[in-house]
Amino acid sequence: MIEAHNITKRYGDLTAIERVTFTVAKGEVLAFLGPNGAGKTTTMRILTCFMPATEGTARVAGFDCFEQPVEVKRRIGYLPETPPVYQELTVAEYLTFVGRIKGLGAADLRRGLDRVVERLSLGDVRHRLIANLSRGYRQRVGLAQALLHDPPVLILDEPTVGLDPKQIIEIRELIKSLAGSHTVILSTHILPEATAVCQRVVIINRGRIVAEDTPERLSARLRRSEKISLIVKQPPADLAARLRALPGILNVFEATDSGALLLECALGRDLRDEVARYVVTNGWGLLELKTVSMTLEDVFLHLTQHEEGLAGGSQTQAAVQIEEPRNL
Amino acid sequence: MTPVRAIIAKELRSAFVSPIVYVVSAVFLLIFGVLSYLAVVNAGSQAVRLMQLQGAAPQLNLNDLVFRPTFYSLAIVLMLVLPLLTMRLFAEERKLKTFELLMTSPVGVHEIVIGKFLGVYAIFLGLLALTGLVPLVLSFYSSFDWNPVLTSYLGLALLGGLFLTTGVLASALTENQIVAAFLSFGLLILVWLLGGVGVVLGDTPAGHLVSYLSFIEHFDRLVRGLVDTKDLVYYACGLVLMLFLAHRVVESQRWK
Ligand SMILES: Nc1ncnc2c1ncn2[C@@H]1O[C@H](COP(=O)(O)OP(=O)(O)O)[C@@H](O)[C@H]1O
Ligand SMILES: [Mg+2]
Repeated sequence: MIEAHNITKRYGDLTAIERVTFTVAKGEVLAFLGPNGAGKTTTMRILTCFMPATEGTARVAGFDCFEQPVEVKRRIGYLPETPPVYQELTVAEYLTFVGRIKGLGAADLRRGLDRVVERLSLGDVRHRLIANLSRGYRQRVGLAQALLHDPPVLILDEPTVGLDPKQIIEIRELIKSLAGSHTVILSTHILPEATAVCQRVVIINRGRIVAEDTPERLSARLRRSEKISLIVKQPPADLAARLRALPGILNVFEATDSGALLLECALGRDLRDEVARYVVTNGWGLLELKTVSMTLEDVFLHLTQHEEGLAGGSQTQAAVQIEEPRNL
Repeated sequence: MTPVRAIIAKELRSAFVSPIVYVVSAVFLLIFGVLSYLAVVNAGSQAVRLMQLQGAAPQLNLNDLVFRPTFYSLAIVLMLVLPLLTMRLFAEERKLKTFELLMTSPVGVHEIVIGKFLGVYAIFLGLLALTGLVPLVLSFYSSFDWNPVLTSYLGLALLGGLFLTTGVLASALTENQIVAAFLSFGLLILVWLLGGVGVVLGDTPAGHLVSYLSFIEHFDRLVRGLVDTKDLVYYACGLVLMLFLAHRVVESQRWK
């Protein structure tokens, strides 16, 4: 449904994205995951024909974004980073305008309007000026705008930014309900969001795709193990070896800078209690004990540290890099 | 509803919720009222003087004494006022990121440009129609030749169109509404001054060309009641050129 082939975008000297290649199958929900400035918005703007790529080709529903932009635009619902709303209009007026420029006839427009108002719970604010709506409502109006003409492809740029937790859950449910009937790309810089709603995740950093996998496989790779950081006052010389012998502990590393030990435990097991008791009963002096969660930031640090080595490598290799324990 | 009509409707709606249109209209109509009042008073005092000289009621020409000077002044007022109507058209869309919605909808850039232009043009024609009350009221008290008045209105409608398309172009060039307004003031005043440059160059080919580029002489003939194809072509070309340039500018912004 969506094919991006080696797309590169340069703003003057700055290369925002470089040779980005991916495809999205019909009915699939794909997350574009990356930190700010990674090039997510740029990629989406190219797919929506807002701007052309410097190099490479993008196709949506079989139409080339550059050659047949009108055909592509007809089939896409797009929620930009900032909801594109006119403050001086009411929600109903705004959606009517959007419907008309999307080419909906009067009957389709009425039906579409009722559908999105219902779906995004906009009934209460239907006749309110958008200027008077909260950030969350505006975001929903922006989403309503993208869904109004019931396009087969949806491109949502950070759809849950600025929403409160309850609204975030609602929007995620909505996006999940679109899977199957719609092809969706959403961008986010929040890892759990990507894993919560998407069937596949593309990780992008500094304009390049660094990993691509299903959320299950990705999170399994990211969290092959639970990690505990341990600092002991008077460690015996063979502390690492002794800890390694404890049941449930897979591996022990020495963190070079802080003098902490990093214990890798089997997935789903919290061994803090056992480790604490072990250290205390031996009288070594327990100074610090905490779980270390692998944040998205760690992942990026990790992925980008290996970037040079990856240049010629495949994406599978990139994903494999995550499996290796991090050298603290 | 076609996209162009949808855009016109939206522009009218947006225009009438912002105070700009009301302020611009009020100031414009007030100035027009004062201008025509002064012209009528002036005509009256001339009539009194002539009567004292000749001892009989003179044949007063309202066209020469009232309408022509009023319409000339009005043209200048339009130059200062119309950029305020066009400044927000594209600048605001870009500032508030709604531009992204327009550009990712299945409408052509030409439709957006034309729709926005026609929206403000409709507002301007409405204002112009209101000024028609003055000749209408005067026609009850005195007789004059309607012909030059009507051609003057044609001239004002064309001139206003040209000013508005210049404003559309200026608004497409920047995200800042104030900059857009000043840009169109600047452009219009430059084109206006070309008339003076033409006079300085005198009766040379360059002089004729430069004078032709300014809207002064084309407006002048229409105000005097002369409809010349040459002048109509000038306005048509000017309008199309400005809209075309605006189209190019909007289109090119996607490439940056
Ligand atoms: N219009 C622009 N002109 C110049 N640089 C830009 C422009 N838009 C984005 N960039 C740059 O391109 C890079 C990618 O930006 P973007 O696609 O917005 O990232 P993301 O959406 O992932 O945060 C950033 O370094 C950003 O500063
Ligand atoms: Mg972004």
